[in-house]
Amino acid sequence: MNDSALVRLSGVGKGFVKGRDAISIFEHLDLAIPEGDFVAVMGPSGSGKSTLLNLLGGIDRPDTGAIEIAGTRIDGLSEGRLSRWRAATIGFVFQFYNLMPMLTAAQNVELPLLLTRLGGRERRAHVAAALEVVGLADRAKHYPREMSGGQQQRVAIARAIVSDPKLLLCDEPTGDLDRGSADEILAMLKSLNADLGKTVVMVTHDPAAARYAKRTLHLDKGHFEEKELAA
Amino acid sequence: MNDGVLIAKNLFRKKLRAILMIVSILIAFAIFGVLAAFERAFNAGQEVSEDDRLVVVNKINFTQPLPISYFNRIAAVPGVRQVTYANWFGGYYQDPKNFTIVMAVEPATYLDITASDFAYDGAMRERFERTRTGALVGRQLAAKWGWKVGDRIPISSSIFQQKDGSHSWEVEIVGVFDKNKPQVDTNFMLIRWDYFDETRSFGKDTIGWLILKTDSPAINDRVSETIDKMFENSFYETATDTEKAFNKAFMAQLGNVALIVTLVVGAAFVTILMIVGNTMVMAVRERTREIAVLKTLGFSGARVLRLVLGETLLLALIGGGIGIAIAAAITASMRDSLSTFVPNLEVGPGIVLSAVGLMVALGLATGLVPAWNAFRLKIADGMGRG
Repeated sequence: MNDSALVRLSGVGKGFVKGRDAISIFEHLDLAIPEGDFVAVMGPSGSGKSTLLNLLGGIDRPDTGAIEIAGTRIDGLSEGRLSRWRAATIGFVFQFYNLMPMLTAAQNVELPLLLTRLGGRERRAHVAAALEVVGLADRAKHYPREMSGGQQQRVAIARAIVSDPKLLLCDEPTGDLDRGSADEILAMLKSLNADLGKTVVMVTHDPAAARYAKRTLHLDKGHFEEKELAA
Repeated sequence: MNDGVLIAKNLFRKKLRAILMIVSILIAFAIFGVLAAFERAFNAGQEVSEDDRLVVVNKINFTQPLPISYFNRIAAVPGVRQVTYANWFGGYYQDPKNFTIVMAVEPATYLDITASDFAYDGAMRERFERTRTGALVGRQLAAKWGWKVGDRIPISSSIFQQKDGSHSWEVEIVGVFDKNKPQVDTNFMLIRWDYFDETRSFGKDTIGWLILKTDSPAINDRVSETIDKMFENSFYETATDTEKAFNKAFMAQLGNVALIVTLVVGAAFVTILMIVGNTMVMAVRERTREIAVLKTLGFSGARVLRLVLGETLLLALIGGGIGIAIAAAITASMRDSLSTFVPNLEVGPGIVLSAVGLMVALGLATGLVPAWNAFRLKIADGMGRG
């Protein structure tokens, strides 16, 4: 294992109870992702890809084992501390964008900044910069319903990076997009990784999407199998 | 943007629903405002009552007369500092529909005893005591009819008539007085009892009630008991009570206004609590995924709880605020026409304060369940459900 890993899972076990049956997703999962990596996580449905992402984002807790991200052991944090940690450390990108329909693009991007001590002027500057990065500076006042799927996902990416998190967690970020828009989004994620040094963990079913990552982890039956891919 | 903008945006995301909820709340608060204004106006007499003032009326009820001789006998009771008396005139001006409160009073003592409520200056007191047909008119009543000092006006009675069969008494306005307390009104007239008594065709040498001041409120009970015992088993038995109790009993004839207000407003509020509460539960449930997203972004459960409660509070404040404004407009429009029966009808600061308290209570009550649900929502469940 890499000691300078940004993400480290040690002996993580996670299961759930369905009816009378206890179903295990992982029993003893180890993983290390160094800072600056771009990892695609693939695997069949039910293999635990989304559960893994939830564990990395502090949305779910492991039954056993330890999760350390950016030097913080998160599996034992209280809900309140976990919220603050998540706001400062993680950027999320979802399959269905999950923008607030009643807010403009700029207001959606500003949401994570409401959790910081930044003043209004500073927040607006950060929002403008984030929208500039995703190429939507001219759509700041548009509502989600006035934008295409690809544009909405770019707004979601701007929202994910606006507070300058170390780690971007992307759950099927191109699953709802056509090929052209998907390529734009993936290129953007690659650029965020290469140019801004963001560590990206992306769950995907799409091998074409996985090719944008530096490496792919195949999750199946509670274990990883790694493949290095050329971009 | 701030949390306030976020709350407002959430509230008005479905404008029709928000407007309907606001309308239902504003109706409740408009009802509350109008009824509370009536209740306060009815009870204003109790609020201005002096602790050391007692009222003596006929034990049968206050519409029955008492002999004028009681005046001197009561004045001699130990602990009684001063006594006066008055008689209901049942007045109107020009037309019976122009109902006017007129009381025939003993000039010197009545002005003394009510001096804490009304501002009678020395000149008008002197003129009233000197002029047998003199009348003192409250500022509101004078303004209503454009009367001024020196005017001679006919004032009629729907109860009494003169010995010549006329129902009208001519009086000369010798003073226009103001009030000393905001709760009292000046929409009435005082004429002299001696003039009234000499000219009326029946009921001679009787009075309607006596008002007395005691040396101290602490001896009120003893004085009341002494007076009522003094006239026990006589043809005119008395009932003596504090002015506050008298005013309360007088208003009770109109029904228990406070109870009516409580029941009507209570029913309206329970209904609205259920409607708005249920709507808010559904509205927040529709946003389960969004709440989960907010939590994913780092919004704590407590902050999400505040956002939802803020939404219901804002809803209640908007609806309630408009409702109270409407109530103020309604009472203002009725004030002049009802000033004789319900003086000082207004949505005053006390009512506004109570309304704000109710708005906060309504906002918290309707938001509690959805806010608690949002607080407890697990992100993974919320993302799955949405």
